[in-house]
Amino acid sequence: MRLGSPELAVLVLALPFVSFLLIGLIRPLRRSGRPAAAVSIAAMAGALIAAAAMSWQSIGVAAGLDPSVLWSWLPADGGPMASVGVWVDDMAMQMCALVTLISLLVQIYSWSYLADEPPPSLGRYYAYQSLFAFSMLGLVLSPGFLQMFVFWELVGLCSYLLIGYWYDRPSAARAAVKAFWITKLGDVGFVAGIVMLWAAAGTFDFWPLFQAAQAGALNVDGLATIMFLIYLGAVGKSAQFPLHIWLPDAMEGPTPVSALIHAATMVTAGVYMVARAHPLFELVPSVLTLIAWVGAFTALLAATMACVERDIKRVLAYSTVSQLGYMMAANGAGAPDAALSHLTTHGVFKALLFLGAGIVIHHFHTNDVFRMGGLFVRQPWVGSAFVVATLALAGVWPLPGFFSKEAVLAAVLHARLSVPFLMLVATSVLTAFYMFRVVFLAFFGHPHGHHEHGAPPFAMDAVCRALALLTLVLGLRAVFAEHHGEAPAWLPAISLAAAFAGIALAWAAYQRGIIEPARLAVALAPIDFLARRRYFLDAIFTGIYRFVLLGFSRVVGWVDRYVVDGVLNALSAAAMHTGDRLRRLQSGRAQDYVYGVVLGVLLLLVWAQLG
Amino acid sequence: MPLSAYLVLAALVFAIGLFGVLTRRNAVGILLGIELMLNAVNINLVAFARFRADLAGLIFTLFTIAITVAEVAVGLAIVIVIFRVRRTIEADHLDLLRG
Repeated sequence: MRLGSPELAVLVLALPFVSFLLIGLIRPLRRSGRPAAAVSIAAMAGALIAAAAMSWQSIGVAAGLDPSVLWSWLPADGGPMASVGVWVDDMAMQMCALVTLISLLVQIYSWSYLADEPPPSLGRYYAYQSLFAFSMLGLVLSPGFLQMFVFWELVGLCSYLLIGYWYDRPSAARAAVKAFWITKLGDVGFVAGIVMLWAAAGTFDFWPLFQAAQAGALNVDGLATIMFLIYLGAVGKSAQFPLHIWLPDAMEGPTPVSALIHAATMVTAGVYMVARAHPLFELVPSVLTLIAWVGAFTALLAATMACVERDIKRVLAYSTVSQLGYMMAANGAGAPDAALSHLTTHGVFKALLFLGAGIVIHHFHTNDVFRMGGLFVRQPWVGSAFVVATLALAGVWPLPGFFSKEAVLAAVLHARLSVPFLMLVATSVLTAFYMFRVVFLAFFGHPHGHHEHGAPPFAMDAVCRALALLTLVLGLRAVFAEHHGEAPAWLPAISLAAAFAGIALAWAAYQRGIIEPARLAVALAPIDFLARRRYFLDAIFTGIYRFVLLGFSRVVGWVDRYVVDGVLNALSAAAMHTGDRLRRLQSGRAQDYVYGVVLGVLLLLVWAQLG
Repeated sequence: MPLSAYLVLAALVFAIGLFGVLTRRNAVGILLGIELMLNAVNINLVAFARFRADLAGLIFTLFTIAITVAEVAVGLAIVIVIFRVRRTIEADHLDLLRG
């Protein structure tokens, strides 16, 4: 285990936050657009350097050392109720590096991609970007559940803001709200879980919890329920079945935002949280098994949907859901390291895929892969970068996706989860198939129409090349790193065979035309039918919303209108009626009042006589 | 004459005034009734001042008379304004304050 410097961690955290404050609070800067972008990019670059320095200067220590630095928070009579701070271990440093790197590259890419935006919108965009990076870094460095929850919600807020960046488009506004509510559904479980855990164990902090868990001293009733509730938060954030439906819709945001959400921030938060809380999940094998099953099922389900999708960004979105399924399966199999390593490599090449897709969309002015073609000849650099990322995603040696995917498969196999293992292998075939379907349709094949464009803007091109290079470097590093897995020798062969089967199928169907895709669809008619309709999950959610939620609202509305309001109306009607009776006393004639006075005086006199 | 004679007189004048206030329909008549009631009080004050040899009662009476004059002036002015606006000074018709 290695420990990083907490000061550098705070610096990593502070830089994007300061940038957000500057852009957010200084109105002229925000409305100027480009300078705001420069501030944000400079801050991110600083954060990346700080994160790199943090990893560089980290010191190896024994495993039993507390990696957190805490300050007390929420003072109460019996000591502080919670603490804030930073937690700098290998996992956190790895994530910090990934988040800062991807955020920086995405922000540089956005400089060109959003060049046509009006300056005030651009300033707003970079303010959100800075806040997003800050929230994700804060989440990653959290030393306790409470701080993690705060940043967790901030991440959700930022993704809402960025997905709905073009808020004047109804579809984007809807997608933003959908993303917000669906993830919120999981967050309810998360917050309930951490509060229950706090009530039972008395602390939000990871370190005492983990210590107790490892010593077997964590005697908490209903820990399985608590951990299941906490896992629900990850289901929403990391787009696991059945709460994955928000992620494809989140494509309504600008493409760099999709890259950021899918690669480094937001969706990885759930995987990271489960990996971070692994010592606690370890105590409840039933929940772990559930996580693995749901992960594998999500992977397979999303892969089938990706195979029939025509929108290039949605294909990538489903592939993200699918890969998140892999990571969660690794978490469930008790291998958070495999999950984290797949998260990191996936973050790099998925960012590359999205940013490449941004250039592709820029070029063809459409998202529909069937209306693209022949881009490889015109833009070989972008094409090669995209193909490298696709190969990495498909899991071809020697690219990083191969190694991390193999680690996931080995972990699942090791945990004796044979059905999820088979699901994941099948997903691996489908992954290669749908990704190469996109590659063959968009980059090879016959060009559709004439889209004479020059080269993509320098910044976009450079970012893609940098990411492609990084993918290769990560792959080569994995090749030369010593392997100490207990995976059976046939696993790499299976993994590669699955990838090549998928590639061959895509080649045969979409490049050579040996297999007619339509006939393939007919052969798999039921799956094709369901996948094209997204397994009716959106319809089910709409139905639940419409009949259960709206029905309940209607009942509540009726109670409010007729019971609550009814009581008030009855009271006010009684008051008015009484007043109406009483006002007849006021005749308005002066002499009647004199009668009253005389009567009163007489009564007083009588009373005085009697008394 | 004994004190009680004055007091009886005052009580009679007061009762007549009150009767007038309660029964007259004309606003001027009501004002006259009020005047009678006030003067009944004045009789009382003067009588007590005389029989108890206390000058304070007399001074008080002077004040009362002065205030009464002012009150009548204001009252009649109000009556005139009401007459101008409503073309009547019948008290029964002046029921704008009816609830």
